[in-house]
This record gives sequence, C-alpha cells and structure tokens, in this order.
Amino acid sequence: MTDIRLLLGDEAIALGAIDAGISGVYAYPGTPSTEITEFIQANAPEVRSRWCTNEKTAMEAALGMSYAGKRALVCMKHVGMNVAADAFVNSAITGVNGGLVVLAADDPSMHSSQNEQDSRFYGKFAMIPILEPSSQQEAYDMMAYAFSLSEALKLPVLMRVVTRLAHSRAGVKAAAKAQQNALNPDNERTHWVLLPGNARRQYASLVAKQPQLEESSVSSPFNALKASENKAPLGIVACGIAYNYAMENNPSQLGIPVLKISQYPIPQVSIREFAEKCDSILVAEDGQPLAEEQLKSILGANYNLKGRLTGDLPRMGELTPDYVGEALGIKVKQAHAAAQNVMPRPPALCQGCGHRDVYDALNKVAAEYADARIFGDIGCYTLGALPPFRAIDSCVDMGASITMAKGAADAGVFPAIAVIGDSTFTHSGMTGLLDAINDKSNITVMISDNLTTAMTGGQDSAGTNKFEAICLGLGVEPEHVRVVVPLPKNMEEITRIIREEIEYNGVSVIIPRRECIQTLNRKLRKKRAQEQ
Amino acid sequence: MKKDIILAGVGGQGILTIATIIGDAAANADISLKQAEVHGMSQRGGDVQSNLRLSTETIYSDLIKQGEADLIISMEPMEALRYVPFLSEQGWVVTSSHPFKNIPNYPDDEALMNELNSLPNIKSLPIEDVAKDNNIPKCANIVLLGMAAKHLEIISSEQLRESIARVFAAKGENVVNMNLMAFDAGLNAVK
Repeated sequence: MTDIRLLLGDEAIALGAIDAGISGVYAYPGTPSTEITEFIQANAPEVRSRWCTNEKTAMEAALGMSYAGKRALVCMKHVGMNVAADAFVNSAITGVNGGLVVLAADDPSMHSSQNEQDSRFYGKFAMIPILEPSSQQEAYDMMAYAFSLSEALKLPVLMRVVTRLAHSRAGVKAAAKAQQNALNPDNERTHWVLLPGNARRQYASLVAKQPQLEESSVSSPFNALKASENKAPLGIVACGIAYNYAMENNPSQLGIPVLKISQYPIPQVSIREFAEKCDSILVAEDGQPLAEEQLKSILGANYNLKGRLTGDLPRMGELTPDYVGEALGIKVKQAHAAAQNVMPRPPALCQGCGHRDVYDALNKVAAEYADARIFGDIGCYTLGALPPFRAIDSCVDMGASITMAKGAADAGVFPAIAVIGDSTFTHSGMTGLLDAINDKSNITVMISDNLTTAMTGGQDSAGTNKFEAICLGLGVEPEHVRVVVPLPKNMEEITRIIREEIEYNGVSVIIPRRECIQTLNRKLRKKRAQEQ
Repeated sequence: MKKDIILAGVGGQGILTIATIIGDAAANADISLKQAEVHGMSQRGGDVQSNLRLSTETIYSDLIKQGEADLIISMEPMEALRYVPFLSEQGWVVTSSHPFKNIPNYPDDEALMNELNSLPNIKSLPIEDVAKDNNIPKCANIVLLGMAAKHLEIISSEQLRESIARVFAAKGENVVNMNLMAFDAGLNAVK
C-alpha cells in the first residue's frame, strides 16, 4: 500500500484546502460541489464548516474571514455564482487579507442543473485569476498554490471544476499540512469601505494588477506546452479537463502539439508563440467557448481556429474524448450498434416520500379550478413535473416559485400556488414572501418541509423548526399559517386546507411536514447497527 | 495493460459498492484508476452508470471512448444494453437477467433477453435468486462481481477477496463472510 489515496475530485479539493491551512469553509449544498464541504466536515474538526443559508451569505462570511487574516474557502455549484455574484465581484474590488479561494463546480450537459453557464466568465468579469485543474492530483496541488497566489496578489482566486472532475475518483498524493494563519484583521479601511472615492482607487489598483496576473499565467506550473520544433499543421489548446480528452487521443503520435491551459487570464504570450508553430489550432474546453473567443481576438480573424464556435466541436454539452477525437479526424469506433430494447429511465420521487402526497393533494384541488397554476422550485420536488404527477407549471431558480406566483397573481392568475422546499425557502424564498405579504398578493405557498436538504444527499436545512416563526415574523396572518402531515391517510384534511387557503384572498402558507424517507431510513439503519 | 469497465444499474442497486471494491484492489496493487461516479438527481430511481478505468499506464480521460469498453457489469439487463455502443468488439457483458421495472414502457422481456444474448460475449444470471438461494439476499451485487471477476484480469480473484474483507470490515465479520460467500457463489456459477 502506498500513500496514494483514491479521492473524488471534490475530496481532493477538500483535502488540498485542509492541508493549505484553511480556517473556514462556507457553502450551500449544490451538485456537483457538495462533497467538498462534506469531506471537510468529516475530516477537519478544526475548520469552521457549518452549511450556510445560501451562496451569498457563504461568500460574505468567507470574505469576513479573509478580512480577519485567515484563509477561507467558499464552494458552490455554478448557478450559485449568480446568487453570490454581488459579493464575489466586489471581493475583487476590496481585495483580500487572508487567502480567499472561491470554488465553482460547473455542470456541462446539465446532469443536475437548469443551465450550463461557465463560471470562468465570472472570473474574467471580476478580473481575478482562475484555476482549472485537469486531474484530481492537480485539484489537490492547486489549493495550496491558489491560497498562496491569493495572498501574494491580495485578490480572491476562482477555481473552476466540472462535474466529471468533481465526481470522478483517482489516486491523489498529499503534501505536508500547513498551519492556519493567525488572527490579523486588516486595518486598511480604505480597501474595505467601498464608498465611490475608495472604490475608484481600489478598482484602479485591480486594473493595474492585470499584467501581473497574466505574467503569473505565463509562468504557471499548471500551464504547459508539449510542442515539437517543426511547424505542425494542427495544434490543440486544451483547457482544464479537456486536456485529458486531448491526451486520450494520443496527440504526440499524430504529431499534434498541445498547449495546456489551467490558469487564466489566458497567457497571450504563450498563445502567440504556440500559434506561430501551428497552421491551425483546435480549442478544446469543457463549457462555453471562452478561450476560443479570446484566442480569436488575440490571433485575429484570419487565423484558422477550430472549436465550439466553428462547429468542429459541439456548441453545447459536456466534452468527451470522442468529440475531441472526431475534431482531430479520428473516427468514433462502433463495434456494436445501439440496442433496440432500451427505454429512458428518468429519476422519480422515492416511494413513501412526503412530496408525493403533497402533489396528490394539489392535483386533486387544482383540478377543481379551470386556471390553477402551480409554480415549482429547485429540489427533489421538481420531479413533480414528471409523470405520474405532471403537477408543476414552472421551475426556474432558487426561490422563484413564490415570486413568480406573486407576479402571476398580480396579473390575474387564480389560484396561483407556489411549491417550495424547506431549504430552498430559507435560501431565497423568504424575501419574496415578504414582497407578497407587503403587497397583499393573492397566493398560496406550500413549504414542503422534509427537514433536510434532500436533493443533494441530506444536509442540514437552515430553517428546520423555524418555519412557522419565520412566516409569522414576516407578517403572514396566524390563521393562514397551516401545518399538515403529508400522508395518504390525511388526504381529506390536506385537500380541505388547500381549498380554504386558496379561497382566502391574501398570502397563506401551508407547511406539509414529514421527514425525508432517505434521511429517516439512514437514521434507522444507523440505530440498528448501534444496537447490534 | 488496461481494463475499461462500465458499471450500470438503477439508483440504489449497489454499483458504487462494486466500484469501491475494485478501486480498493487496484489501489493496493498499485494499478492506476479513474472512476467517474454519478451523484445528484440521477440517483432517484433513474439509470446510473460509472466509468471505471484501470491501467498499468497513465490514464488521462475520466470517460471511456465509444467502442473501447472491455467489460460492462450491470445490475439490470436493460441497463446493460444501454451501454452497448461503448463495448469493444471482443468486450464482455456480465449482467443480472432480472429486470427492474419502474417505468411503464419497459421493453418486452423476451425481446430484451434475445438482444442481450445476441452479443458475442455475455454472461447473465438471475443474481437476486442466486443470492436468495445462498441465504444472502442483500449481497446480489457481490454475486455479480464474482461473475465478472475472471474478466477483470488486471486484478486477481484473491485480490478482490482481500478488498471485500477490507471494504466491509467496519460492518463486522458476519457481513464480510456473507459478501465473500456471495463473491464465490458468483465466481462458481459461471465456471
């Protein structure tokens, strides 16, 4: 046995962060980023690691820890970057004190997401360094590097991974563990108080740092050139995990040089040098064509560039070794044709899940109205869109059920019903509920409370045991905060209450509450194991 | 030497346990490994698959190219068929023959098995029945691992037995023995 551990990409990032001496990790669960924080919670009791209410609170808490001089990691899925964006972009203006690394896990092909936005654009937008590992080992090694870079440049560093790296396991060798930083709050108020006068100076300083960022990319140990001396007809610029897909096709045997990019901003010098040695370049990147667009502007419109924009690689979806192979002229092998007797097998709500009873009841009552609309949200209960329920009319972003129901009700839709999970409600639903209450909108909100963040595997939910108090505190009338137990035997009571609250002209909240069947079974198994 | 394996099944059938055992064996034998797992929404009773790559050389891609998988190990017959485009010409399919029907339009049993059996290299058994007959109903996935053991080649059956003992050690001697029995039942069933 060697000292090599088999780790998921997420676990490698977590171990890298622990060994880099972080004092806190701040995160809201989101596939494919969840396992980073879970690993730190399980393996590093010295690191502050309680789940946050949403990505914005996480980003701000991490910035506060950095302000105090300590190293902090903040993790989220790509769409979480939208929630954290205000704090994220402005953290580049304040700069950092202790090292601050923002980890965004993107989901090309939308395995568990509603879009495939590429977080590298956020890094470019905020004008900070971006790291993009190609392997689990690199993900580990990059953490210590990222924190040092962050402290050297006095800027946050964005690390971007994709599902295939986050959720793939490989051997990782760990290095020595660093000490945590001592408490050392920043005294430079002009850096942190972003009044326009200060902000302009800070922004000017960020702009002035850009050449330094590019120099760091040019000399980065993670950017590497595998070139030949002679001029090649074709070269590959391979970003992050796309490097693996390029290498899988044996480019050296084909006489194809490869420039690996794992640190941004794009090193323009390296690109120009590489382009001089190649007649054409294939840009392989997993996500949106960020590098391709930049190469186009660096090399000019006349340079023969291939990639997602030119159709040499698919415009959307996860990259694969086959797609890269095809772009290099290698035919996809087909030893066996696709089978005939295969049907799609979509996921479904678990048997015994309380969300099922909620949708059964809602469908019964909604059928009594000609124009009922049910606005859904993000979580397991989004599966209520699929058969046999086909219950929801929308699912857009965290919290949108309540606010879209409000807008639709304001426009005249009746009944306008929102279905939102407990964790999603505290993440982004509470503020929208306050809008509806203040505007006396005619909506019925179902907070389907299963006492956990179930979709991502059962993490603690920020509002557990507090929902009635939150709704009352925001101003829902006490007689219109109703709690039910979603079980088939209670169907008559639940449908009656839904009817009553639909007929009430104002904001009402119904809380169907029953523990997630998965977390319940896990607890029972654990209990049985302890008894044995 | 390399072995590219696709593990397939339905969420909750235990394919990741098979992956964990093979992974443990590979790590102990100093064989390189990459294993892409499925998490998140796909686990709720939907189809799940894992690309497991073993090699004595450097492995780059986490994903297997089409037509290059040496082995498909599946807990469910239709799920085995789903990944046939990834199977190499001489690749093996080792699968449970017991359908898991949680969709209304599941294919006809006979047509499904005929198509499976038309593949050149296939081993299929009702692994749940084998597990029940041996009084180890919860170990069907390890029966399947036993059936596939010979085709792993890069790792020996003895190395897999040691890994089963290590992976289940925390659950007690009884669980270890049941899973070793399941492994041998699978191994012997396809001799």
